[in-house]
Amino acid sequence: MRDVAIVSFSQLPSVKAIDATDEPELVQPVTSDAMKQLGLTQDDIGFTCSGSTDYLPGRPFSFVAAVDGLKAWPPIRESHVEMDGAFALYEAWVRLMHGDIDTALVFSFGKSSLGPVPDILNLQNDPYYVQPLGLDSISAAALQAQAMIDAGKATERDFAEVVARSRMNAIDNPNAHIKGDFSVDEMLEEPYISSPLRKSFCSPLSDSAAAIVLAVEDRARELVKRPAWIRGIDHRTEPHALGQRDLTTSPSSKLAAEKAGLVQGKVDLAELHAPFAHQELILREAMGLGDEVSVNPSGGALAANSLMTAGLIRFGEAASRILSGDAGRALAHTTNGVCLQHNLVAILEGE
Amino acid sequence: MSEILSAPYVLEYTYTRSTGPVVGRFLESLRYEVLEGVKTADGRVLCPPLEYDEEGEPTTDEFVQLRPSGTVKSWSWVPEPRKGHPFDRPFAWALIQIDGADNAMVHAVDAQKAKRMRTGMRVRLRWADEKHGTIHDIACFEPMASYVPSPVHLEYDVNPGKHYSAYLRGLQEGKLIGGRDPEAGKVYVPPRGADPMTGNPTDEYVEVADVGVLTTFAIIRIPFEGQKLTPPYCFGAIVLDGADSPIYHLISGVPHDEIRMGMRVKAKWKPQDEWETSLENILYFEPTGEPDASFDSYKEHL
Repeated sequence: MRDVAIVSFSQLPSVKAIDATDEPELVQPVTSDAMKQLGLTQDDIGFTCSGSTDYLPGRPFSFVAAVDGLKAWPPIRESHVEMDGAFALYEAWVRLMHGDIDTALVFSFGKSSLGPVPDILNLQNDPYYVQPLGLDSISAAALQAQAMIDAGKATERDFAEVVARSRMNAIDNPNAHIKGDFSVDEMLEEPYISSPLRKSFCSPLSDSAAAIVLAVEDRARELVKRPAWIRGIDHRTEPHALGQRDLTTSPSSKLAAEKAGLVQGKVDLAELHAPFAHQELILREAMGLGDEVSVNPSGGALAANSLMTAGLIRFGEAASRILSGDAGRALAHTTNGVCLQHNLVAILEGE
Repeated sequence: MSEILSAPYVLEYTYTRSTGPVVGRFLESLRYEVLEGVKTADGRVLCPPLEYDEEGEPTTDEFVQLRPSGTVKSWSWVPEPRKGHPFDRPFAWALIQIDGADNAMVHAVDAQKAKRMRTGMRVRLRWADEKHGTIHDIACFEPMASYVPSPVHLEYDVNPGKHYSAYLRGLQEGKLIGGRDPEAGKVYVPPRGADPMTGNPTDEYVEVADVGVLTTFAIIRIPFEGQKLTPPYCFGAIVLDGADSPIYHLISGVPHDEIRMGMRVKAKWKPQDEWETSLENILYFEPTGEPDASFDSYKEHL
């Protein structure tokens, strides 16, 4: 095993709609900035990997077009995952284990503003039994939230409190989409979209892009003073069918956190990717994160949720606090799939 | 003016999907209104059936027929359905454990009201009228009630009897008729055929005034089955001048917080050309504006 670190991070501010951009126009600013922070160019990068989904822009093979935002001549080593950019980071981490290259560029982009996102996400569901019924992502998450209430694990007020804390945390985050002092009581007056989920209990849909550079061992130490070392990283998946899972727990994130080495020392902060308020409660319980851990100091996905990018941003936000010396050890988490089906957890640490 | 061009754009794929022996058999059975689950290697039943269980073990080729009913394990009420939802009126999504199955199925519940939904409720499957061998052959589920309808319907001819007929005929002419006990002198409105105090017949009819005293009243604020008026409204007992028993009618034309016992009230009649043999000829009683009657003057009628 080689030690791999996050050495730079760049993101576009998450906003409701970035009008003036196609894929290369979204990608170029963040990839070039992530490399420029280190004095690198694409020629210095050993492997490039991206995460996105073509259904967001509704354009097949939009990820191929995104490569135009890079310098891809002479030909580069490149790969793509149809998942959040954090899973592309995982692929890059695995690729760096081969030992032949020392740097990797990871990026992702999400333009949520173009299409009907809750309906697009129904395409994740079983194509025989669920997708034809039109189970949008908010309604699927609502079934999970109601199961939590029925199990006595949380109340709607708990959901609102997660949102209020997240959006308050985001006040100092210039890249957050929704931030400020939100009243719990007022949130509880909002009409239901799909009960028990009200608008504020769901993350906003944002446009953004993000990039991270990874480097190994001495290469990382050359590039930055304090690399954010990936001490462990693990991805676990649960069964696809909602009716075959206990939706109130997350055994996959529990196991991933264990395998990533969460228990080997205390973490100062955790950046959790919870697109719905109740999912943060599930994740905290599953990973055993107590009140001593600062959860989502950036505001998390409830403050900014660019699809396929919000997870990579969790890694970037956690790493930034280590790179800057503000934190010693941090957990970064990303989910994909319906109702927390996939969970990726990494433990990041400074030296 | 925006520099960025924009246009609507629809993405559609006319894909077909092969179903295979497990999913295919389940979907085909739906055409015949047969609901089946598949047995797992460790003896559990999955409905909808899957090729593999969550342990990754292949399921068996043993199918079991299940009752088209189940229990709601979780649910979500959708007050404003999205395009593409199974209903265009409010409905619930639910995870439903079919009776005899060990997993749960995602489907819609046509419950009309969110109040009818709760985890643990029993639901029955509603088949689609037309079937195509897809999950849509199950139109939805509907709440199963633990009661059956038990209506009663009987047809009668009623007649009000001699004395009440006299009363109703009086109303048709705009008169309020009472029956008088010739010995005790008490006047009952409507006439009853006998004085309940003395047992004497009350064959003598007398006309009483359409003005009287409000002896007691209630303000109705709660709705109930069969209610004709919208709450709140006031209903009162009125002892008409010349009568010894009250009639009951609506009190109106006065704010509710000003209605009081002893208030003098007068009948508000419908236009004469609408009069029938009915107390509905009087719309309501309203204050006359006269001084209130003293409590002692009507206390025996309470």
